[in-house]
Amino acid sequence: MAYIEARGLRKAYGATIALDGVDLRVEEGRILGLIGPNGAGKTTALNAILGLTPYQGELRVLGRDPWAERNRLMNDVCFIADVAVLPRWMKVSQALDYVAGVHPRFDRAKAEGFLERTSIRRESKVRELSKGMVTQLHLALVMAIDARLLVLDEPTLGLDIIFRKRFYDSLLGDYLDGDRTIVVATHQVEEVEHVLTDLMFIDRGRIVFQSSMDELESRYLELAARPEQLAAARALKPIHERQSLGRAILLFNGVERQQLAALGDVRTPSIADLFLAIVGDGAGQAQGAAR
Amino acid sequence: MNPAVSSGAVAAKQAPVEVPVGRVFYWSLRREIWENRSIYLVPLGVGVLIVLATAINVMHMAPNLHTQPLDPAMRHDTAESPFIFASLLLMFSAMVVSVFYSVDALYGERRDRSVLFWKSMPVSDTVTVLAKLSIPLLVLPLVTFAVTFVTQVLMLLLAMMRAGAGPASQLALFQMWWSECFHLVAYHGLWWAPFWGWFLLASAWARRAPLLWAVLPPLAIGFGERIAFGTSHFAHWLMFRFVGGMSGPPDAKPMSMGALMPGTPLGFVTDIHVWTGFAMCAVCLALAVYLRRQRGPV
Repeated sequence: MAYIEARGLRKAYGATIALDGVDLRVEEGRILGLIGPNGAGKTTALNAILGLTPYQGELRVLGRDPWAERNRLMNDVCFIADVAVLPRWMKVSQALDYVAGVHPRFDRAKAEGFLERTSIRRESKVRELSKGMVTQLHLALVMAIDARLLVLDEPTLGLDIIFRKRFYDSLLGDYLDGDRTIVVATHQVEEVEHVLTDLMFIDRGRIVFQSSMDELESRYLELAARPEQLAAARALKPIHERQSLGRAILLFNGVERQQLAALGDVRTPSIADLFLAIVGDGAGQAQGAAR
Repeated sequence: MNPAVSSGAVAAKQAPVEVPVGRVFYWSLRREIWENRSIYLVPLGVGVLIVLATAINVMHMAPNLHTQPLDPAMRHDTAESPFIFASLLLMFSAMVVSVFYSVDALYGERRDRSVLFWKSMPVSDTVTVLAKLSIPLLVLPLVTFAVTFVTQVLMLLLAMMRAGAGPASQLALFQMWWSECFHLVAYHGLWWAPFWGWFLLASAWARRAPLLWAVLPPLAIGFGERIAFGTSHFAHWLMFRFVGGMSGPPDAKPMSMGALMPGTPLGFVTDIHVWTGFAMCAVCLALAVYLRRQRGPV
């Protein structure tokens, strides 16, 4: 069953087109990474999914129209937005009381359990907490909600590496249960790399690439070509070429691993490399288009 | 994909659960009071100040029983005036809190981006806006009355410590408290409903300076009319909306308990202007709900 289904999703702010006909389908139990440069339309897409912004085109989230039914949808959807949005005046205990008061699927004991593992005190106000602790608090609240869909928009922006690692560890260890779906938008690709089941690149309001991670690993290969084999490698039509430590790194789509192994060192490309190859700079794009 | 099929599938997986709207409203209201502690701190502070001032007055001033006027009506006025003064001071401070509260109510949450947190909860924009309206409409008048009541009881005790039950016997206490309660709820809350609605609308609309959005357009209309047509219908209408309903009976003295309660409760609820005021408030609120839905953080 599709948790999110969009067809021809469009959104313009005046003359600026933020979403330019996005088609999207996210099934249950997936962890989708929405990767794109700043201003690519990630946040706009997520806002449409969350019912925070009107849009043109078709969009159903858990079978509902998010713009018309935002409040009902929030019974089953949670989100953490790009910066700490917890009200700064609120005490931790008040946040627990409030969410327990208005949210039918909030398990207070569970949230308290998550907080026990942190140094967050119940009487503290949000403004007294560090940025990392605010995110921990928000995550504790969200993970204690038995929601179907969790939307994260740059959730670890501005956090140090320890909090960032902990954030995704908690999410994987304590939250995922097989039929929950997570959509995470970020431009810090490397930290979600090993978490995702699906990948989507968005650029200038369009989805320029989508694939499951399994498919990606079986289709895309990166070759560090030996100089004498470079011409032979180029003949196999790489989709992108770059220089690294004096060697040419070529990215291939749908070329057999054995065939490449004869020409140099072969490995699965990182998402960042793939992103550069596909979205890349202007040159990479022109090259991709030419093929 | 057929939407009906897909919502059916979701429902089968997880039975729909919803928090009753009354409980959502209750928590929305509580969170307003958590955030805006001035709702009770300002009236309390003013109340404490009045009681302290009264206590100092009692300690320093000799009993002036012999200077009490002999005329019973004047004796009543002399006994009543500090209570009137306390009551008006509290009313004024509550009015100031109401104005600043409602002008910031839908703007502050966008400025500090917490609106994204509130909107991540299953609480509708309508419930949120109504909870915010109920602060100036009902909560502040009732809180102010409670503080006024306690303040006046303490003033009464202090007055009795100084001069015995004499002066206090001049006061029609229950009449006084009833007038104050009625005045606060009926006029500060309900009669001013169009103002509270308008302030919330300005608060939902403004990208910056919501107070200016609340104040300048009516001023502009008033001056515009004056310059263009040489008339001041709008200004008169605004004055009527501000004080019209509470112009006391012609014989009531301006600073007396009688002036607080110009009519009967029945007269108030059957006054057509009260209901046209509610209608104006409702229009402003509908627009405010619409804007809250549309607008993100500023």
